[in-house]
Amino acid sequence: MSLVKRARYHFMKDIGAPAVMRLSGAGRKKGPGRPKPGFGPGLNCAVRLKEIMTRHYFLSRYAEGAKPVAWVTSGAPVEILRPFGFYTIYPENHGALCGAQRLGPELCAEAEAHGYHQDLCSYARIDLGHFLSGKTPVGRLPRPDLLFASNNICQTVVYWYRVLAHQLKIPLLLFDTPYNFEDITENDVAYMVRQLEEMIPVLEEVSGRRFDSRKFQEMTGISRDSSFAWGEVLATMKTRPAPMTIFDAFIHLAPIVSLRGLPVALEYYHILLRELRERIEQGIGAIENERKRLMWDNIAIWYKVRDFSNLFAERGMNFVTATYTNAWAETISLMDADRPFESMARTYSLVVLNNSLDHRLQLMERLIKEYHVDGLVIHSAKSCKPYSVGQYDIKRLLMDRLGIPSVIVDADITDFRAYSEEQTRTRLEAFFETLEG
Amino acid sequence: MTAEDPIKNRDCVAGIDVGSLSTEALILDMECGTAGYAIVQTGANSTDAAVSALEKALAASGIERDQIRRIVATGYGRVSIPFSDKRVTEISCHAMGAFHLFPDTGIVIDIGGQDSKVIRVGEGGRVLDFAMNDKCAAGTGRFLEVMADKLQVALDDMGPLSLKAGGEIGISSVCTVFAESEVVSLVARNHPKEEIIRGLHRAIVNRVWSMVKGIGVRGAVTMSGGVAKNSGVVSLMEEKLGQPIHVYSEPQIIGALGAALVARRDLQDVQ
Ligand code: SF4
Repeated sequence: MSLVKRARYHFMKDIGAPAVMRLSGAGRKKGPGRPKPGFGPGLNCAVRLKEIMTRHYFLSRYAEGAKPVAWVTSGAPVEILRPFGFYTIYPENHGALCGAQRLGPELCAEAEAHGYHQDLCSYARIDLGHFLSGKTPVGRLPRPDLLFASNNICQTVVYWYRVLAHQLKIPLLLFDTPYNFEDITENDVAYMVRQLEEMIPVLEEVSGRRFDSRKFQEMTGISRDSSFAWGEVLATMKTRPAPMTIFDAFIHLAPIVSLRGLPVALEYYHILLRELRERIEQGIGAIENERKRLMWDNIAIWYKVRDFSNLFAERGMNFVTATYTNAWAETISLMDADRPFESMARTYSLVVLNNSLDHRLQLMERLIKEYHVDGLVIHSAKSCKPYSVGQYDIKRLLMDRLGIPSVIVDADITDFRAYSEEQTRTRLEAFFETLEG
Repeated sequence: MTAEDPIKNRDCVAGIDVGSLSTEALILDMECGTAGYAIVQTGANSTDAAVSALEKALAASGIERDQIRRIVATGYGRVSIPFSDKRVTEISCHAMGAFHLFPDTGIVIDIGGQDSKVIRVGEGGRVLDFAMNDKCAAGTGRFLEVMADKLQVALDDMGPLSLKAGGEIGISSVCTVFAESEVVSLVARNHPKEEIIRGLHRAIVNRVWSMVKGIGVRGAVTMSGGVAKNSGVVSLMEEKLGQPIHVYSEPQIIGALGAALVARRDLQDVQ
């Protein structure tokens, strides 16, 4: 790492970034403004969140050459990277950001022009499209020194990251998590622990730092606490009226995905949690007139978050839980700072996408009961096969067992060429008619 | 009819279903039930189609425009009928209509011109659950139209022809565009049209079947939409279900009927 770059990074971190934040207004200490029709007052924390994430992407430009940089998949056990001081970039989070800004098709097309198929996950296409063209709404992403992927979410990431490794000629660490058809075995755990241990020499080499097991434990503890706090944030939505909506949660998810294991994420969720609890005490709901409570399945439709949020709020319908947002809280109680390797293996291999449909069904049944859910919106995402497979069966079984009506929306996470406004409107209206009987 | 004709004093409601290919209007007499209906081509302008269907339905039933107390619009063009009092999705309307005609209906399979849907119907014609295919032309009436054109067979003849077929030729592609070229090459190889048509019907049934399974079969099955007029598709679907299917003589008007029933229910609620 170069000394000059390091000095520049620290200067930007301590002085440059705060100045830019002030200028861009991201950090302005103003309230969230007047509520939109149908909504209760907005979350004050949104300002702080924006500041954290803007700063994260802004500083990342100066990280290259100053700190070891890793590109990481959302489900990888990032804690193991933390003691080595990696600056971590999450291409999936970047993809979501591009999606929300309606840049999905443009970046996907860059990848498609190089021969990547339209059926490939659009997070992968956006990332490869960005890689090949340099286009991004965040200015610039730092070139990685290391790639870190886990197939606990899908196999796509394996091939996607291999392409990056091949192009960039940098090491790829792959954390292979056996799929849980039923239970996880001791052999599985041993296999995963072994992989983590074997990563250490590579991490030492890339970062130029020795492994510090105390620091590792400490950061595992921070990660655990942040995920717990995230779980508590989500649990506030059990209250009627719920103090936030799942659409808020889709946005406030960013730190637990991208900054997991860092104190900033933990601090943030504590602030958010405090605000949500105050709202509960004062009986403030995220939407004005919460008549129906809904659950969301699958990743967000990023270019539609705002529209959907308005559409449902107008009808007094609030999304109070989602399998997606829950994924970063679901297995966290397994994380143990005293046995970091082993607990990491369990925490990360038992996530929802690495489990059987039966598990997903049970999880959804539990969420429906705990959050008093009246209906379910299922996003069938063209990108995400592991998440979208089996949804028709889940739909039927939830109807049979709990009498929960649901609607399937065919769309994509970021590529809105796979989305039809007309058809979606008809489905949603029919769903509203069903819910309102 | 004279001015004293009692019909002229009756309150009526109308349902209009603006689909991609055809538009149906149906008039319901609040006391006596269906008074008349009309089916017109939608063409390029949904509003014009709705006006013309309504006029024709009025003419067919001998009802005056000012007897219509309420109009409910449905179908994909429901938003473009300025004179409707309410808009309801075709999903709810098909459920209402089918339930009205066949009260033991548990499932409606509607294969229309541009989409297909499977609806689970509960008490009073309420929608309990539904699934829709609207992403892909395969499994819709459009698929059959394209194929009829390629085979140079009238759409209405497809059903009877396929029932006469001695055998069946499997169509391997699920995509309309691929199936089209498959059909062209089958014709070129002199395969009997009847057998190809039967294979095409099988392809549609298989395509819709995944939705039927997804929703689950409960009670009697009613088919609606234009494709329900195709006896070949209905018979293959019956075979697959292992039970007979209710088909109304004009399956296309079930949506408009449902819309009119919603209008009638609304009026009764007020009265
Ligand atoms: S969206 Fe699905 S397919 Fe794409 S990277 Fe995420 S888990 Fe994998």
